[in-house]
Amino acid sequence: MASIGKIARRTFLVGSVAIAGGAAFGIYQLRKDAPNPLITGDGEVALTPYVLLNQDGVTIIAPRAEMGQGVHTTLAALVADEMDVAWDDITVLHGPPAQAYYNQALLGIALPFRHYADTEFRNSLRQNIGLVGKLLHLQVTGGSTSIKDAYERMRHAGASAREALKLAAADQLGVAVGDLRTADSHVIAPDGTRLAYTALAEAVRDITPPDVALRPRSEWKYLGKSMPRVDMLGKVTGTAEFGTDVVLDGMKFATVRMNPKRAGMVSYDDTAARNMAGVQAVVDLGDGIAVVASNTWLAMQAAEAVEIIWDDAPYPADTAAMMAAIAASLDAPPDSTVRNDGDVTAVVEGTEVVADYRVPFLAHATMEPMSATALLQDGALQIWTGNQAPVMTRDKCAAAAGIDPEMVTVHTTLMGGGFGRRGETDYAVQAAKIAATLPGTPIRMTWTREEDMQRDFYRPAAMARFRGVVADGTALLVDGQIAAPSVSHQSIMRQMGQVPPGPDRAHVEGAADQPYGIPNFRITGHLTDLAVPIGFWRSVAASFNGFFMDTFIDEMAHAASADPLQFRLTLAEREHAPSAGVIRAVGEMAGWTGQTPEGIGRGIGFCYSFGTPTAQIVEVEDTGNGIRINKCWIACDPGVALDPAIIEAQMISGAIYGFSAAMQEEVTFADGQAEQYNFTDYDALRMHNTPAFEVRILETNPHIGGIGEPGTPPAMPALGNALFDLTGVRARELPLIKTYDLIL
Amino acid sequence: MAISLTINGRQHSVDLPEDVPLLWVLRDEIGLTGTKFGCGIAACGACTVHIDGQAVRSCQVALADVWGEVTTIEGLGQPGNLAVIQQAWIDHQVAQCGYCQSGQIMNAAALLADIPTPTDQDIDDAMQGNLCRCGTYPRMRAAIKDAAQRLGEV
Repeated sequence: MASIGKIARRTFLVGSVAIAGGAAFGIYQLRKDAPNPLITGDGEVALTPYVLLNQDGVTIIAPRAEMGQGVHTTLAALVADEMDVAWDDITVLHGPPAQAYYNQALLGIALPFRHYADTEFRNSLRQNIGLVGKLLHLQVTGGSTSIKDAYERMRHAGASAREALKLAAADQLGVAVGDLRTADSHVIAPDGTRLAYTALAEAVRDITPPDVALRPRSEWKYLGKSMPRVDMLGKVTGTAEFGTDVVLDGMKFATVRMNPKRAGMVSYDDTAARNMAGVQAVVDLGDGIAVVASNTWLAMQAAEAVEIIWDDAPYPADTAAMMAAIAASLDAPPDSTVRNDGDVTAVVEGTEVVADYRVPFLAHATMEPMSATALLQDGALQIWTGNQAPVMTRDKCAAAAGIDPEMVTVHTTLMGGGFGRRGETDYAVQAAKIAATLPGTPIRMTWTREEDMQRDFYRPAAMARFRGVVADGTALLVDGQIAAPSVSHQSIMRQMGQVPPGPDRAHVEGAADQPYGIPNFRITGHLTDLAVPIGFWRSVAASFNGFFMDTFIDEMAHAASADPLQFRLTLAEREHAPSAGVIRAVGEMAGWTGQTPEGIGRGIGFCYSFGTPTAQIVEVEDTGNGIRINKCWIACDPGVALDPAIIEAQMISGAIYGFSAAMQEEVTFADGQAEQYNFTDYDALRMHNTPAFEVRILETNPHIGGIGEPGTPPAMPALGNALFDLTGVRARELPLIKTYDLIL
Repeated sequence: MAISLTINGRQHSVDLPEDVPLLWVLRDEIGLTGTKFGCGIAACGACTVHIDGQAVRSCQVALADVWGEVTTIEGLGQPGNLAVIQQAWIDHQVAQCGYCQSGQIMNAAALLADIPTPTDQDIDDAMQGNLCRCGTYPRMRAAIKDAAQRLGEV
């Protein structure tokens, strides 16, 4: 089998994936101008970017990173299903930073259409505009786009490889190619002769992979089934390699202490630290310091001993001042009016409902603190790190080390959780800077948990103001205003040095794009100018808009004396059948009657996000010793269920991530820095307070949707709505622990 | 002065300050990176290993205080020679990002050694110190019950 080590060694200076004595396939007929990142040594051939074949087996090059979402398994299945590779023969490696691996789907989602209303024309337009992603080097794992992006591309890669292997076998056997078939990593002749793919690796080198039609779904073997995950064995035996696990000869260990007020450093005194056990160097990083030592813990102890005077924060010092700034922007002119159906300024007869909502800043709190391993040698930098953006990581690290990007090799390891945090490049750049001061010495840098909490790029705090009118059991008007600092503006500015033009449509996702037929429906986005570092957090703006919008829908349903499920269903049926379908399905699954016994509450939540409508029903119980979540039913419609077990896992994972935030998570600020440091003051759901789950996957959606994020937005309002049903008290603020006696 | 440790049945001599936590001896000195650092304050369980069969948070055990034989995830079972609990984890496709899973599995193994047929309450009590941000709890619970059954059949 191929191994990361084997291939990485061959690619030491060139920053590409090489193939040992074999061939690489991957049809690229639509976009031939993207250079092939796979290079070859003596006696080797590379045809294109997704499939490596040598005498050891088949290696599938994944253009996207594995952060737990199972994407390497499904990407492999896309190729293997067309190529007829035996499942046990597959190895998956993450590809190098390369234009060929740009994420077309990611840019497509920024188009100004309601996704759910996509026609075929619009869908193809979305794909064409996605080509811009190539120019921007958007090799990004995010936005629940990986499978959308790969669905056709990687199946074509597998199909072309299969046909090329048949051509090579036809030559060898003297048999017409049309008489050959393939199965279990073999080409099989009519007389039963079997030629292993591995044995054809040399012969196939000079064959250009033909472009062939994809197989119909009825012929899928792996796709549509729950496949054993390719990363599972390593993860249950401790052999899976994360950025903090890389072992290199002569390696030293480092940690950093950066300004928690997110500004510069006035001065520091490292006299004591330099004399501590095992300390090799203290490195000035400008806005903080790094300690290099013979052991990570010794480095952490010494970093703590450095006396540092920090510059003040470039933003308001405490949470109250930040929330005041967000509230003020609600009254300022909007940045966007993405949804504006009917006329919300007209006089509409009915019962008026008004509500203000607020949610806090949140941390990602991945299980693996930020980490990277780096080595600068002979003017070339190698970096091993779990990251969601290898091209940006390469370029930023090159700049930090003062070398050309061509001299940087990025090895994208598994991520100990991403949730958006690892789309940033700060930690990789730190490792690059440390390595650049100690050429020839490999540096493995690991943050403390405290550093990870204090130096996150947080999910922004946000506020909303909603007004609605209901009559005859339905909604006639919704006018919502949403205010927060802009994640897109800040992170794109950070990564690319400019703010994209035009209104920030992403800011209102989860509200403005909801598939509800409400005659008068307007959502305005308001941006708060606030320099608190914020970033992409699982489901991004839908993580707050989903709570605002769906909680308000629930409030309107109650004001209209309507059943909350039927209320949503009526609005969705007018606009988007797959959305109506998941609302109906989740009601069936839970046996929803609108009635609950004493001591039990039920709530429904719905959000259309990342192309996948998702509805959840949550049941809560007052145990007399606090309220617990008993059960959560989830119905989603991603169009095609490529791997049902992985989809189920992601839906549950997304909901748990949402429940954790909704119940108890909150980052607050005082004196210019976050007040949370570790899991003792920023905790999440654990075994004892996690509910039972039931998931149903529908396949009526005409466009394939995302999986990793859509489970998160509806979880928060579904839980809040259930708690309202149980207690009669409505929480318009998160976390819910402020309002209810929840079992933590 | 070098300190002697037995890890996964092998003797190691470690020359580090006495207060270095076992976690960092395992990871940086011995090269056993399957044991993970998550919090450093015994709040997440990612660093769980066994000392004389008992589950401990290795970030809280100083090198000089290690009182018995250490078993890490690498010593529990390896590809091709899996422990029953690891096989159950695979059968239930538990892991997502996987970072906390070594600690979860070590904790679950100690639970089953202690209570061969744990109730849901036993599982809650034993596992609630181990955090998983991906939320693999439902599949972990199923895998623990499955492993308990298989171990009972042996």
